[in-house]
Amino acid sequence: MSITDKDVQHVAKLARLNLTPEEEQMFTGQLNAILQYAEKLNELDTEGVEPTTHVLHLSNVMREDEVRASLPIEKVLLNAPDEEDDQIKVPAVLE
Amino acid sequence: MSLFDYKLSEIHNKLQNKELSVTDLVDQAFTRISEREDRVKAFITLDEEGARASAKTLDDKLAAGGTRGLLFGLPVGIKDNIVTEGLRTTCASQFLSNFTPVYDATVVGKLRAADTVTIGKLNMDEFAMGGSNENSSFYPVRNPWDLDRVPGGSSGGSAAAVAAGEAYFALGSDTGGSIRQPASYCGVVGLKPTYGLVSRFGLVAFASSLDQIGPLTKNVEDSAYVLQAIAGYDPMDSTSAKVDVPDYLSALSGDVSGLRIAVPKEYLGEGVDAQVKETVLNALKVLEAQGATWDEVSLPHTEYAVATYYLLASSEASSNLARFDGVRYGVRSDNAGSLIDLYHESRSQGFGDEVKRRIMLGTYALSSGYYDAYYLKAQKARTLIKQDFDKVFEQYDVIIGPTAPTTAFKLGAQVDDPLTMYLNDILTIPVSLAGVPAVSVPCGFADGLPVGMQIIGKAFDESTVLRVAHAYEQNTEHHKRRPEL
Repeated sequence: MSITDKDVQHVAKLARLNLTPEEEQMFTGQLNAILQYAEKLNELDTEGVEPTTHVLHLSNVMREDEVRASLPIEKVLLNAPDEEDDQIKVPAVLE
Repeated sequence: MSLFDYKLSEIHNKLQNKELSVTDLVDQAFTRISEREDRVKAFITLDEEGARASAKTLDDKLAAGGTRGLLFGLPVGIKDNIVTEGLRTTCASQFLSNFTPVYDATVVGKLRAADTVTIGKLNMDEFAMGGSNENSSFYPVRNPWDLDRVPGGSSGGSAAAVAAGEAYFALGSDTGGSIRQPASYCGVVGLKPTYGLVSRFGLVAFASSLDQIGPLTKNVEDSAYVLQAIAGYDPMDSTSAKVDVPDYLSALSGDVSGLRIAVPKEYLGEGVDAQVKETVLNALKVLEAQGATWDEVSLPHTEYAVATYYLLASSEASSNLARFDGVRYGVRSDNAGSLIDLYHESRSQGFGDEVKRRIMLGTYALSSGYYDAYYLKAQKARTLIKQDFDKVFEQYDVIIGPTAPTTAFKLGAQVDDPLTMYLNDILTIPVSLAGVPAVSVPCGFADGLPVGMQIIGKAFDESTVLRVAHAYEQNTEHHKRRPEL
């Protein structure tokens, strides 16, 4: 498999990145080199091998659904780039 | 002898006996920083005012008498991807260049409870992605042993600050070698605990199935003290393990007689520098002289680890870094007309090349049609890599090899070739994938540059890892050498 400029444009869109034409060209080359290296994994017979998501024997860690204190609004807004009426403000979502 | 040559326990005794005050320690740290930091560049943010205020409070506490904890009053540097309430935390990214956390990471809370003094936030590769610190969006860290060389990464600031005596100890994070490799390059002790031993609550996530926080220190005893303070279950981190934390200090018996060491032939093979190999073989002789034995073994899937790691870690990173959208915190682009533009513009302006590269790789590997071929295949390869370790640990107590295939390289030497850069982590990545603990300890020098030996243990057996490292250190002087700056 090899990645084309078009793939890179598609992936950049999925990743919410704008790339300059130079970046597009650079990433196409570099991602191809990395993925070509990753093809090495195809040498491995993984038939019947279970995937490891992480090494602890944990799944679905549950806790009681209790009401707990959350951060006060002033603190939450301390890092907000823009705010109005105790809410985070963003540009229009719909035209 | 400078204060920085003492072990933490010796400084503790001096504080307890009133030969020293916390203010003295903080003074010393900032004097060192003023003398060296313009060359080393280990810190992104310094908090002299906060540190002096804490020192004063702690000195009052000390004057009131009583026995204080072992880390009481010690100036510490924190890697800048671990959140600190009221102290800017950037992950070395322009995206977070204005971000001041509103809570402490669990490890920071534990250190505060132990009465340490935070002196600043340490430089790193942006979002912990890199092995040379050249991916910091602020400035690269320099290796205190040779300022033209990299300190390693991503916890390069943590390793360099300890090596240069700017901090008494430091916290770093390790995803594929980010504590151990810089420790090796800078001649300090760097411990990556077992996955799940130390809480990651408040560690800005890179690859959640691999990230661990650990200490960088000048010697093994200090490492044990710091680990003791930060280890343990945390309900705020659902992947933290419910295990009893043993007394790591009591493990430092100095006794390795009868210890069975495995030395993987893959860790001394092609790509490993001849001097590094020789230095590590000499270190094994030191352990042999103390009654340990070693055999050559094989970890046959080692050659697949780097590919496995870059697919898994990048995939997880692409998902974790989706939160940086310019809405709630961080630097928001001014150029956005709509919400979707705001995401695109803020991310494109805020992230550096390596971060974008890994987000692109991960997004591709997880995208429709490629998931099975890349992500799932890598997760299966990870199982095979882990089984290699399980098998060896049926017969051996520890696995030993070099931490990195070479000593520190020159700044700029690998910057245009991401794949070569990734291969510097070839000996640390398999350990991360297996989730087991490992420490890098100074084991000698090659052409004046430090070489690290990696001691790898069974899951949650940090006690044995530290015992072996300590026994080695007791019989050598490498860890006492300091760079001339």
